[in-house]
Amino acid sequence: MSGANLFGICGAALVGLGLYGLITNPEPLRKILAFNLLGTGVFLIFGLISRRAAAAGFPGDPVPQAMVITAIVVAFAATALAVALVLRLLEQTGRATLGADNPVSEIGNP
Amino acid sequence: MPDATTSGGILLVFAIVFPVAGVLLSLVVGGRQVERIALIILPCNLILASAIFFDLWRSGSQLIYIVGGWQPPLGITLRADGLSAAMMVTTAVVICAVGVFAHADFDTRAQPFETRAPFVFWVLLMAIGCAMNMIFLGGDLFTLYVALELLTFAAVPLVCLDGRAETIQAALRYLLFALLGSILYLAGTALLYGSYATLDIVLLSQRLRVETATLVAAVLMTVGLFAKTALFPLHIWLPPAHAGAPASASAVLSAIVVKGSFFLVVRLWFGVMPGLLGFTGAQLVGGLGAGAIIFGSVVALRQKRLKLLIAYSTVAQIGYLFLMFPLAFDSVSSQLQSSGALTGGMLLAMSHATAKAAMFMAAGLIYAALGHDRIAELGGAARAIPMTVFAFAIGGVCLIGLPPSGGFLAKWLLLDAAIATGQWSWAMVLLVGGLFTAGYVFIVVAGALGSPHEPLKLRVAVPKYQEAAALTLALLSLLLGFVALGPIDVLQVRPGAMMAALR
Amino acid sequence: MSSWFFADAGLVLLVLAIGASTIFARKAFDAAIAFVVYGLLLAIAWVRLSAIDVALTEAAIGGGMTGTLLLGAVARLRSAEPDNIRLGLPVRLATGFCCALVAAGLAGTLLLLPEAIPTLAPAAMENLVHTGLGNPVAGVLFAYRALDTLLEKVVLLLALLGVWSLAPNNAWNGIPGLRLYERPNSTLTFLAQILPPVGIVVGIYMCWVGANAPGGAFQGGTILAAMWLLVIIARLENAPSTGQLWLRIGLVLGPAVFLAAGLAGLVSANGFLAYPPGYAKPFIVTIEFALTISIAVVLAMLAAGPSKQVQQE
Repeated sequence: MSGANLFGICGAALVGLGLYGLITNPEPLRKILAFNLLGTGVFLIFGLISRRAAAAGFPGDPVPQAMVITAIVVAFAATALAVALVLRLLEQTGRATLGADNPVSEIGNP
Repeated sequence: MPDATTSGGILLVFAIVFPVAGVLLSLVVGGRQVERIALIILPCNLILASAIFFDLWRSGSQLIYIVGGWQPPLGITLRADGLSAAMMVTTAVVICAVGVFAHADFDTRAQPFETRAPFVFWVLLMAIGCAMNMIFLGGDLFTLYVALELLTFAAVPLVCLDGRAETIQAALRYLLFALLGSILYLAGTALLYGSYATLDIVLLSQRLRVETATLVAAVLMTVGLFAKTALFPLHIWLPPAHAGAPASASAVLSAIVVKGSFFLVVRLWFGVMPGLLGFTGAQLVGGLGAGAIIFGSVVALRQKRLKLLIAYSTVAQIGYLFLMFPLAFDSVSSQLQSSGALTGGMLLAMSHATAKAAMFMAAGLIYAALGHDRIAELGGAARAIPMTVFAFAIGGVCLIGLPPSGGFLAKWLLLDAAIATGQWSWAMVLLVGGLFTAGYVFIVVAGALGSPHEPLKLRVAVPKYQEAAALTLALLSLLLGFVALGPIDVLQVRPGAMMAALR
Repeated sequence: MSSWFFADAGLVLLVLAIGASTIFARKAFDAAIAFVVYGLLLAIAWVRLSAIDVALTEAAIGGGMTGTLLLGAVARLRSAEPDNIRLGLPVRLATGFCCALVAAGLAGTLLLLPEAIPTLAPAAMENLVHTGLGNPVAGVLFAYRALDTLLEKVVLLLALLGVWSLAPNNAWNGIPGLRLYERPNSTLTFLAQILPPVGIVVGIYMCWVGANAPGGAFQGGTILAAMWLLVIIARLENAPSTGQLWLRIGLVLGPAVFLAAGLAGLVSANGFLAYPPGYAKPFIVTIEFALTISIAVVLAMLAAGPSKQVQQE
C-alpha cells in the first residue's frame, strides 16, 4: 500500500467523521466545522486520484489538483456566508440555534 | 468523432457572459442603476434563450461550443440540446415576469442612495439567471458543480432578505443542506474522474462501465442532488425557506432554483448513465417521489397560512417530477429511455415553474392587500383583487392537471408511459396526487370567493402590473399544453439521437 | 515498506486524531483551534501527495483564513446562551454506524481502483507548450478550464454580497465590524507593523512565480488579504466602508479583466477564452495579477463580515 492510498483512506475516514458531525451536532457553528472536515476529506480523495493518475515521469495529474484549488476557495466562501448567518442570528436572538426541527413552524411573512 | 463548435454556439457563450457582465457592472455602478441594468439583461437573456430554442428547432441538432478551443477531455464544452433549450426559455420567461413583478417591492430609485434589499435582490436575480443557464448548458460535471454553488449562493441570501430571525434560521438550514448536497456531488465526481479521466458528459456516457466506483459515485451524486432538490425525505429545509422569503424571491426559489439540481439528476441518469439505474433503483426513486406527493399534499391540506401551503405544494410537485424515473425505465433494454415519460417529466417541470411562480406572486399580492395570508380569513379577496385570485386559480388548474394546461399534457404523457409499461401503481399515484392538489387549491379559491365577515378594506392598492405579471404566467402555464401541436419534438433533440440515427 | 510510509502513516493518524477532536471537543474554542492545526497538517499531507499548489492553498485558505473566521465566530458566540439540545445516544450511535459504513464504502471503493488509472497528465503537459506556462496546474486553471475559474470568481463575489446583505438596513455601505480586541496588545501591533511589508512582497512574488512554479493568484491573493486583515485587526487602519468605489472596483477588477480577455479571444484567437498563439503567457499573467488583487479584496472582506455601523462622512 503506497502513501497515496493512505491519504485516500484518510480522506474517506474524514468524510465519515464530517458527515457524523454535520448530522449530530446541534450547534450551527459545529456543523460548519464538520462541513469543512467533510470537504477536506473529499479533497484528499481528489489528491489520491491525482497521485495515482501520475503517468510515467509526472508527479501528479494537474486536473484534479486544479479542481481541489477551486473547491477550497468555494468552501471558504461557503463557510464565510454560513458564519455570517450564524452571527447575525446571534445578534437578533441572542442564541445561535437552528430552532425547532419541526418543519410546520409558524413563519411570519411581510 | 469529436464535437466541433456549431454555428449557433456563440449564443451559448453570450447566455453566460451577459448576466455575468450585468453582475460585475452592478457592483461598480452602484445601487440606484442596478434595476435598470437588470431590466436590460433579463430581456436579453430571454431573447438569447429563444434564439437558441429556434436554432435547435430549425436545425434539429444540438448547439455546441468548445470553450477556449480545448477539446474535451482536457477542456470544457457547452452544449444545448432539447431539454436545455426548453428549460432555458421557461426560466428566462419566469425570471422576466418576476422582474416586472418585483419592481414594486424592490424599487431602487425610491431612495436617493443605494439601499440594501433592492440592490441585493436585482444582482442575485441576474446571478440566478446566469447560474441556471450554466446548469442547462454545461457539458462537464465539474463546471456543473461550480454552477450549482453559484446557484446556492445566489438563492440563500434571497431567503433572509427581510432580515428577520426566522428567515435567517431558514436560510442557514437551506445553506447547510445545499452544502451537504454539493460536497456529496463533488465526491462522486472525484470517483468518476478516477475511473475515466474525464468529466465531460458525452465522453463519460461513452466510456461508462458498470463497476463499483461508478455505482458509488452515482449514489453519492444522486443523494447530494436529492438534498438540493428537497426530495422527500430530505425536504425539511424547503417550506420555511420558500415561505419566509419575500414574494418575488419565493417565486424564483420554488419555480426555478429547485429545477436546477433536478435538471442535473436528469442529465446524470438519462445522459451519462442510463443503463446503470436498474429496475430496483428506478422503483426506489419513484417510491420517494410518491412519498413526497403524499406527504407534501397531506401537510399542505392542513396549512393555515397561504405561503406555507404553496411551499408544501412545491414539495409534493417535486415528487411528481421523480415519478418519471420508473416510468421511463424500459425493462427490455434495462435502460432509461428518453421517450414520452422524459418529455412528460420535463413538461411538468416547465408548467410547475410558471404556475408556481404565478401562485407565489398571487400570494404576495394577497398578503400585501389584506395584511395577512391566513386561509380561513381570505373571504372577499376575490371581489377585491379578482385578477390576483384568478391567477392563483389558473395556476392551481395547471398543477391539478386539467386541460389544456401543461400539467394536463405532462400527466397524460406520464400516464401513457405507465399504462404502456404496465405500472398501474404509478398511474394511481398520479391520479390520487391530482385529487389532493385539487383539494388544497379548492380550499384557497373557495375561501377567497366567500364573503368576508366584515367589509374588506384593502391595505394598499395593488398595482395592476403586478397582477398582470402573475396572470400572464398563470395563463402561460394554462396554454403550455398547446406545445403538443408544435415544438414538443424539440425535447427529443438529444446527443444520443444523432448517434442512434447514425447506427 | 519504506520509512516514508511510516511517516505518512503517522501523519494520517495525527490528522484523523485532530480531525476527530474538532468534532468531539466539548467547547467550540477547542474545536476551532484544533481546526487550524488540522489545516496545517493537511498542508503537509498535500506536500506528500506532490501537490504543492494545493498545499499552499490549503495552508493559506483552508487553515489560515477559515481558522480566522471560525475563531472570530467562536469568540462572539461565547456570549450566547448555551444550547441544551443534544441528540439521544441511540440516534447518535445509529448515525455513527451509518457514517462509518459510508466511510468504509468509500475507502473500499478507492482501494479497488485499478493500479493504472486513466489520466490526463500527459495531455495536460503536452498542451502546456501552447500556453507558454511552466506550471501545469496554472495551465488547467487559466487555459484548459478557464471557464470554471471565471465562474468561481463570480461565486466568491456572490458570497460576499450575501454576507453584506446581512447588514442592518441603516448600516448598508457602512464599515464592517471586525473588532476582535478592544485594545490590541503590543505584540499584535508589532507584528502588524513588521509583517505586512514582507507579506506584500511574498504575495506579489507568489502570484508572479505561479506561472512557472507552484503558486499563483489564489495563493498570492490570500497572503495579501491576510496582511490587510492583520492591519485592520491590530487597529492600525480602519476597515473600509463597503460602498466605496475603489473597493467595488477592486472586487470586480479580476473577473472583469478575465471576462475581457475571454471576449478578446473571440476576435484575436479562435474562440471565447482562447488565447492568441504566442501571446498566451502575457494574457494569463495579466489576468493572474488582476485576479490577485480581486481575490485579496474579496477574501479580506469575506473575513471582515457585514457592515455594522454607518460610514463616517
